[in-house]
Amino acid sequence: MIPAIRCTNLVKSYDGRPPVEAVRGLDLEVRQGECFGLLGPNGAGKTTTIEILEGLLEATSGQVEVLGLAWGRADNEIRQRIGISLQETRLSEKLTVLETLTLFRSFYRQGPQPRDVLAKVSLEEKADSWVGKLSGGQKQRLAVACALVGDPELLFLDEPTTGLDPQSRRQLWDIIREIRAAGRTVLLTTHYMDEAERLCDRVAIADLGRIIALGTPHELIASLGGEHVIEFTLDGDTRHFDRAELGKLAGVSDFSHDNGQVSLSVSEPHIALPALLECLDRHSAALTSLTTRHASLEDVFVKLAGRHLDDAAGATA
Amino acid sequence: MKTDPRTDQTTTYWPLAQIVLARVREFYREPEALFWVYGFPILMVVGLGIAFRNQPIEQITVDVEAGPRAEAVAKTLTEQPRFIAAVHSVDDAQRRLRTGKTELVIIAAESDPPSYTYRFDPTRPPSLLARDAVDEALQRAAGRQDVAQVKVEEMTEPGGRYIDFLVPGLLGMSLMGGGLWGVGFVTVDMRMRKLLKRFLATPMRKSDFLAGIMLSRLLFMVPEVIVLLVFARLAFDVRIYGSLAAVLLLIVLGAVTFSGLGLLVASRAKTLEAVSGLMNLVMLPMWMLSGIFFSSDRFPAVAQPLIQALPLTALINALRGVMQEGAPLATQAVPIGILVAYAVVTFALALRWFRWI
Repeated sequence: MIPAIRCTNLVKSYDGRPPVEAVRGLDLEVRQGECFGLLGPNGAGKTTTIEILEGLLEATSGQVEVLGLAWGRADNEIRQRIGISLQETRLSEKLTVLETLTLFRSFYRQGPQPRDVLAKVSLEEKADSWVGKLSGGQKQRLAVACALVGDPELLFLDEPTTGLDPQSRRQLWDIIREIRAAGRTVLLTTHYMDEAERLCDRVAIADLGRIIALGTPHELIASLGGEHVIEFTLDGDTRHFDRAELGKLAGVSDFSHDNGQVSLSVSEPHIALPALLECLDRHSAALTSLTTRHASLEDVFVKLAGRHLDDAAGATA
Repeated sequence: MKTDPRTDQTTTYWPLAQIVLARVREFYREPEALFWVYGFPILMVVGLGIAFRNQPIEQITVDVEAGPRAEAVAKTLTEQPRFIAAVHSVDDAQRRLRTGKTELVIIAAESDPPSYTYRFDPTRPPSLLARDAVDEALQRAAGRQDVAQVKVEEMTEPGGRYIDFLVPGLLGMSLMGGGLWGVGFVTVDMRMRKLLKRFLATPMRKSDFLAGIMLSRLLFMVPEVIVLLVFARLAFDVRIYGSLAAVLLLIVLGAVTFSGLGLLVASRAKTLEAVSGLMNLVMLPMWMLSGIFFSSDRFPAVAQPLIQALPLTALINALRGVMQEGAPLATQAVPIGILVAYAVVTFALALRWFRWI
């Protein structure tokens, strides 16, 4: 089967002093029918990458194929078969929701009735409201609806839930799941790791213009060596607890130390915890906090990039 | 290719019509824009119509330098209502002439037959007029007889007045302003909102979009122009001497031409400031040279080829030809050709250079 998207050795640099390399040799393959997440902090090159794949930006070098077709040779054919939601588009405020959708529908040779698309994104009641009167979440759902009017095989969603409240985010997740269930391919970018974990069949984690990890969320988390994390802080210095000591504890597969907080990757917390407590007791160290939680994609990013997502913003600047 | 069971194969959607419809809706949902488009031309016609209304008798102010015969001369002149004549001291008269408070100073010498000196600035047309009028009155008073029989017919017929000349000029100016501002601002605004980028991401044909913007501008122009023409007719009795169809055709052509120019000017600009500057740069020469308020023939012959090639000159000349002189459309082939050439070339260049992102 032809992959929905294939790109190899993608490079994009912007002129400037010094020139900015937004994408530095990125490979990606998105299979048909999957929901694929491109993850990373701000500045990782996600938007640049997705806009090259959408045919809106030209790559400096590298090969791109979308639905087996190449930009520059079959542009109209590709555009008829993909749907796009950009990160920031301000649709005309004085048009109604239905008028906006009908306008977008008219650009495609085939597709559903605009009213049916509104039903898919639960905006039927807003059909005759001006776009300017919609809430942030409703505007975002309208943007997704505009991407759906051409009955696309492949859908690009750039940061679909950024800036939305939790309820609106969940509503959009449901919509995206339904789109995926209808057999369409979805490529979405996000800097919310929980979003990727919940929605995506596979994810690629990007940092500084490259892919640093690829796999299902489960695989990536398992690659940490354990699906659980134990974090603790001590009353006093934690630095003399080194890898040699803690790494040996039963059930502990990895160790990291950040700002006085120790994190352990653990596969079986019920074995690791007693061992840890016994070890601390032996050193007469007093705990000030101890938590255990499921490992997340964020932990994968921290392990691979060596820093937290929050700290990573602007890393390429 | 997958087909949704609810795929809509029956309805036909016309992208060009949808683009025009969207623009028209946005336009009439913006009340302030409506006022500026339709109220402004009327205000302008009213203001200018009042400023340039025909004054039946233009009075001429002249001074008589103080002297023995001064009072008699002043009296002779003031017997005719067109003169405002008064006696002033030498210094006063001189100062009034220098500051333009009087057109002419008369110095009457004590002699028989009477002899006069006229003092005036020969570069001032009102002074020349005053010289001739005063001379005529004084010569007659001294006993000159007219030899030839002269009959005067005054013409203040509609068609030949200044307002008749002005209305086609204003029509052209408002088509230019509407086309450039209307198209330019809307386009740059959409670019700034990334809406153009969003459209680029669809299979929309670029020519459909640009043509849609131009056509919608044309639709807004129709009522604007009708308002102006009807108002000029009712308030000032400005008539169209040629065919109405020809005038409408010229108006449509002008609207298309200036929308095309607007698209071209806005094809690369990224901010409203940038596009405003460019607009003014394009419009300024036409405001000055294209003969909105007075005939462009008054400029030197060297500049004429350039002036005649400006689209606004072509439009105004053709409109005046048809409206004022009643000329058939065929006689306006040259200006029409110029307008068509501008429309085609600007649209083609805009399509090529247009920045969507």
